[in-house]
Amino acid sequence: MTFSRREFIKLLSASAVMAGNAGCATATTSKAAGRVVVIGAGFAGATAAKYIRMWSPDIQVTLVERDTEFISCPLSNRVLAGTMQLKELTRDYGKLQAKHGVKVVHDEVVAIDTERRAVKLASGSTLEYDRLIVAPGADLLPGEVPGLPTGSDRILHAWKAGPQTVALRKQLEAMPDGGVYALTIPKAPYRCPPGPYERACQVAWYFKNHKPRSKVLILDANEDVVSKKGLFTKAWVERYAGIVEYRPNSELVEVDAGSLTAKLAFEDVKADVLNVVPPQRAGKIALDAGLINANNRWCGVDFLTYESTAVKNVHVLGDSIMAAPQMPKSGHMANQHAKVCAAAIVALLHGEAVNTQPLLTNTCYSFVSDKDVIHVASVHAYNAEKKTMEIVQGSGGVSAAASELEGQYAEAWGRNIWADMLA
Amino acid sequence: MRVRVISGVLAGLFAGLAGVTPAAEKAENVNGRNWAATCTGCHGTNGYSEGGMPNLAGLQKAYIVTAMREFKAGTRQATVMHQHAKGYSDEQIERIAEFFAAQKLD
Repeated sequence: MTFSRREFIKLLSASAVMAGNAGCATATTSKAAGRVVVIGAGFAGATAAKYIRMWSPDIQVTLVERDTEFISCPLSNRVLAGTMQLKELTRDYGKLQAKHGVKVVHDEVVAIDTERRAVKLASGSTLEYDRLIVAPGADLLPGEVPGLPTGSDRILHAWKAGPQTVALRKQLEAMPDGGVYALTIPKAPYRCPPGPYERACQVAWYFKNHKPRSKVLILDANEDVVSKKGLFTKAWVERYAGIVEYRPNSELVEVDAGSLTAKLAFEDVKADVLNVVPPQRAGKIALDAGLINANNRWCGVDFLTYESTAVKNVHVLGDSIMAAPQMPKSGHMANQHAKVCAAAIVALLHGEAVNTQPLLTNTCYSFVSDKDVIHVASVHAYNAEKKTMEIVQGSGGVSAAASELEGQYAEAWGRNIWADMLA
Repeated sequence: MRVRVISGVLAGLFAGLAGVTPAAEKAENVNGRNWAATCTGCHGTNGYSEGGMPNLAGLQKAYIVTAMREFKAGTRQATVMHQHAKGYSDEQIERIAEFFAAQKLD
């Protein structure tokens, strides 16, 4: 087999092009297809990091989280009743790294340079990205309530599971029988719509069994119960008559911290334990990065990819997004956003088409006693014409009645979703 | 000598082409994978339950499809699945069932 000089050069140059292509193809196994940085390792961020690695091991994923342990907010109202301990809701981040190859960095993000595609950390180092996922959760804004001291250890929110949850339990234990526990709820949307009503049930259960002359006063800024209304109302009437009192249209206007008084538009309510769930907004890092573009509070996203509608190559997940109607700010929803986003980022970094028919499910369980549980569920599909998510007609609903069986499912839900995001 | 150089280049070329095929195979039932991920918050990653929820990994496709149809029709007892099943089209249920059926049980 012989070649003329011209033929040889032609062949060589052709093979050089081919070799270039071959280099590209093999690069997907030897070199990263892209670099993803995830900010925040809650239900959204941790799930996204794990699923990107699981579906595409050729993508480098770095997850930045300030806390060294995950503490679940869902189920944490049970700590207030004394039927669950915080450590049962606590998980570590070890398997994300060991099993899935996610690089977990415990640090704080101080700035995002969306032009240079880089994230600056408090420790001084910089992480460059091709795609950034911002999942900081909702920030609580006590400063929006006049008189409410920030960082108070007397008036707690306990709206992020952790030391405040334990501190609120201690306040309830210290409260004398015959005392008043008042819980204020901000206007929707806030994180975990059924959460305050479940909390009222948990505190009422504790009072009924240990301090039966005490009261639970729900001061709701909304005009009605926001979630599972019929089932919660039934629980208050049938299980906690004489203990729970629900007051709609009771927006907290001001707090007198010294006397633990909640000032409403037309009356002052004095409490023995005052628990204020403050107004909320997307996490501060989202604000600083210019991602907030809806109602000055939330981040608009493309529901096919969860890419920000304000900044390219930045995706926002979980409580921080401007959700479509009837999409609650829940841990389950955050887990679902994360998977749609993970699939989209994997496709985008490989030059493939994004799924145009994403689905989301939601199931939120609430404990109405130590054992009995109710749920709300829904399935959401993409409406291409309106570019939004909508509940699939006929899907979803609530429990027929509270049951112990759903109590077992609620606990199993926790075990499974924590593993789905972390293990 | 020349031949050896060229055959080396050709071998590299074929290796490159061979490297492309797994990606194409991987793309199969990506929709099923994505839709099945809506189930796994409760039923465990890839359908491997952590306990307390039915395990879906490795179930036969026909079993999952039948169960979902019965949940939809309301002829199968459920606390929540009758409400979820109504959110999925027949095609989505087929693809999801294929995905879970393809998961190894060992």
